[in-house]
This record gives sequence, structure tokens and C-alpha cells, in this order.
Amino acid sequence: MTRPRLSSGRLRAMFLTPAAALLAALFGIPMVILLAYTFLTRGAYGGVTAPWTFENWQRLADPLYAGILWKSFAVAAAATLFCAGIGFPLALFIARSERHRSLYLHLVILPFWTSFLVRTYAWMFLLRDTGLVNSVLLKLGLIAQPLPLLYNYGAVLLGLVYTYLPFMVLPVYATLERMDRSLLEAAADLGARPLQVLWRIVLPLSKPGLRAGSILVFIPCLGAYLIPDLLGGGKTILVGTLVQNQFTTARDWPFGSALSMALMGVVLLLMLPLARKDGAAGGDLL
Amino acid sequence: MTSSGASVSLAASPMRTSRWLSTYAVLVYLFLHLPLAILMIFSLNGSRFTVWEGFSLRWYAEAFGDQELLESTLNSLIVAVTATAIATAVGTLCAYALWKRASRWMAAGLALSLVTPEIVMGISLLAFFQWIFGHFDFRLGMHTVVLAHVMFSVVYVVTVVLARLRTMDPLLEEAAMDLGATDWQAFRRVTLPLLAPGIGAAALLAFTISFDDYVITSLVAGVDSQTLPMVLYAMARRGANPVVNAISTLIVALIGTLILAAERLRER
Repeated sequence: MTRPRLSSGRLRAMFLTPAAALLAALFGIPMVILLAYTFLTRGAYGGVTAPWTFENWQRLADPLYAGILWKSFAVAAAATLFCAGIGFPLALFIARSERHRSLYLHLVILPFWTSFLVRTYAWMFLLRDTGLVNSVLLKLGLIAQPLPLLYNYGAVLLGLVYTYLPFMVLPVYATLERMDRSLLEAAADLGARPLQVLWRIVLPLSKPGLRAGSILVFIPCLGAYLIPDLLGGGKTILVGTLVQNQFTTARDWPFGSALSMALMGVVLLLMLPLARKDGAAGGDLL
Repeated sequence: MTSSGASVSLAASPMRTSRWLSTYAVLVYLFLHLPLAILMIFSLNGSRFTVWEGFSLRWYAEAFGDQELLESTLNSLIVAVTATAIATAVGTLCAYALWKRASRWMAAGLALSLVTPEIVMGISLLAFFQWIFGHFDFRLGMHTVVLAHVMFSVVYVVTVVLARLRTMDPLLEEAAMDLGATDWQAFRRVTLPLLAPGIGAAALLAFTISFDDYVITSLVAGVDSQTLPMVLYAMARRGANPVVNAISTLIVALIGTLILAAERLRER
């Protein structure tokens, strides 16, 4: 009885090793390097050099950069609010549907797995000056000049909501589905109207789902790079773009590292409530 | 339309869908699916401009005649196949180990890799590779892209395979071992065959994630390792170009097929 258990432990350790090595080498060490870079000085041609300094962290408080960080927060928060507002009723719809529930769920999940780049490009196709929306409006004679729909914060927000809506719908749906329905019947028996039931019973009980969904939406929105880059163009600078700039055009790796680590700090803080609940957050999505 | 009696019964059986909610759901589903559908339809448009001029496959013909597109597609396929093979093997073993006994460190590390913003993961890998280059003769290229892709797709493999393992009866392995199988034999001959659909689904998902990635790839790719998303990105940035619509449609068709196949495997 004990012999197989023991050897099974050895097999388990062997099986865990490749993944642990991979995670340590390609995730742990790179993060430690980045953290170390935040305390170094920029090199003349990119890279880093001595001396050690706190200057990169101090620069985060510079109004220019603090403003960008603040704007990134605001955009991510707005996207989260929109996702909650749009996603909650949809989750309610799915939870209430009796037939085709699996189809409705799949219709939410499928876009998430479909090409991220192509889905973002689809909005460029619709919104640019010569895009479909402007073409149709011009042809109908409703406008004389193309509307500036692309390359602004509105377009970025639209792209974020479009992309991350599934992250809100799925956890909210999960809590709604688990909800004890007799509570709703009891409320109705006691004279509550449907909207009162929704507002006083269903909504408070779906808080865990809304909280999880909000974290799952806010985190990727805060660090988003591709969507602000493509839909915001050069006119919108959010923290993701700023990080990328520091490592490419600006060649200020230490400051780019400090920005990245600040971002990681926020992500970690936000993850804590989820991590306490179950080990692999985001498991709802997979 | 709703007498007070009807509204009470709606609350009493709140699982019934109201018409308003259904209409609303249709609108949200249109928001989620219409942009891609329109893009795919317009990939078949004969005109260079966003005005429908009749059915044509000219943009597809142009896409298939473009040497840069073909080369980058080949690169993407090589990277995705290699990264998927490695990530699937590593991730499956890891999922099996975690199924035997949970590991807080491993779970935390994997979850963290999942929520790390792509741009941060990309530059951390770039900084890491550059740091290594200082010590060894090693350059950015296909191998760095493959390493990065293995890194970010392994968590998806672990999650999918682990979900599959959790539906399985652990007593099966014990039964095999009671009958004299070693733990390796129990894994190889009992669990692994039962796990095959889950592993297949995980591999398909890893492939689509790898094939589609732009942000991390663009940071760790060398001059000889342009992938399809990198070329597509450059074309999209340059301005309206119907060839991008055609390639996009092909990518969605490929990825959509793989995802549906993965779903079928997962439900088996």
C-alpha cells in the first residue's frame, strides 16, 4: 500500500519539473530581471548601466506619466462598468433560458477564442474614415464629411468592451445559475414585483460574479496594448503603449521596467481577492 | 399585457425569459458577432472601397500571390506547431502532477502568467533574451518566438487537461496498481488514453493562441521570423486594404474550425 504511493510521489515530481523549469526560466527570471532594471540607469543605446538609482520609480509621479497612468485607470474602469452594465442582463438572459442555453453560452465564448488581432481590425474596418459606417452614412446623405470615429478614446473603449465582455458574462452567469430559486419565489410570495426581485434579491446575490467579472475585465483592460494601439492610433497614450515606447523608440529600459512593475503591482493587488477564493483565477473562462 | 397575476407568476418562475430581455440579448449578440461577419462578407467585395460592387475572389488571389504573406504564414505554422507540441507535453505532465496533489506555488505561478499583461510579458522576455545574449552567442529569431509561445500557452494546456482529469475516477489508477502496474504504467496505459480527448482539445487551443499572437511575438521576433499576425498588423496600420479582409477571413475560418473541434473533444 505504501510502496506505490511513495513512487507515485517521485513520478509526480518528475512530471512537475519541466513546467516548473519553464515557468522559472521564462517567467520568474525575466520578471526578476525587469525588477532589477527598475533600479538601474538607462544605457546610451538602450539597455541598462550603473549606477543604481530610485529615479525611475520617482519619475512615475511626474505629472506627464501620472496623467497617463490615471487615464489608463479611467479607461479600464469605464470599460469594466460598461461590461457589467451590458453583460449582467445578458447573463440573466442565459441563466433564464431553458432550451439552447449551451448555444447561448457558446455564442459568448467563441469570440473570445477567435483571433484577437482580427477582431480588433474588424472595428478599424468599420470605423475608419473610409470605413463601412462612414461610407453608408455618406451615401445616405446623412453626413457631408466622414465622422472621426477611429483613433480616439471612444474607439478604444468600444474595442475593450467588445473584447472583454465575455470575461464579465461568464462569471456572472455562473453565480446566477447557482442561485437558490426558492428565494425568488419567496420574495414574489411576499409581494415583491419582478423588478423588485431583480433589484433587491438577484442583483445583491450576484455580487460575487460581478466582482470576479470586474477584476477579470479590469486587469487586461489596464494593461491593454494592441487595442489602444490600433483603435486609438497615435492620439491615445495609455500605459501599455507607454511601456512599449520605452523599450522601442525611447530606449529607456529602466523607466519602461518601472512602469511594467507598477502595472504588475496593481495586477497582483487586484488578484488577491480572487486568489484567496480559488487557486487558478480565470479558471471560469477555460 | 401583464396583469398583476401574470407579473407575479413571472417572478415566481423567474427562469422564464421576457420578451424585452430576449430582444436585448439579440442586440448584444449582434454587437459580438456582426463586426466579424461584415468583415468576412466584404472580403468577397469586388471593389477596393467599402461600397459593395459584386462578388469577387480577387483579394484572396492577391493574398495568395503575396510572397511576404506566404512566408510569414509558413513561419507562423512552424512556430505554432513546435510551441504547441512542447507546451502540450509539458502542460499535460504538469496537469497530471497537480491532479495527484495540488501545488500552491505552481498554481500561483500559472495564474500569474495568465494575468500578466501581454506587453509586460513580452518586454520581460525581451530583456531576458538580451541579457542572455550578453553571455552567449544567441540572437532573436524563430527559437525565441517558440520559447515565448510555449511560455504563454502552457497555462491553457494545464487548465484544459486538469479540467478533464477532474472528471476522471482516481480509483482506476489504484485498481491498475493493485493489479501490479507501476505508477508509470498506470499513467501510460490507463490515464493517458482516457485523457486523449482533453489533450487534443488543449493542443488545439494552444495552437490557436500561438498562431494568433502579435504583441509578445513582435517583441521577441528577429528579422527572419516575421509571423502572419506581424505582417497583418503592419498592413492594417498602413491603411485600408481589402487584402487584410481576405486574410482575416481565412484566419477566422482556420481558428474557428480548430476551436469548434476543441469544443467537441472537450465535450466527449
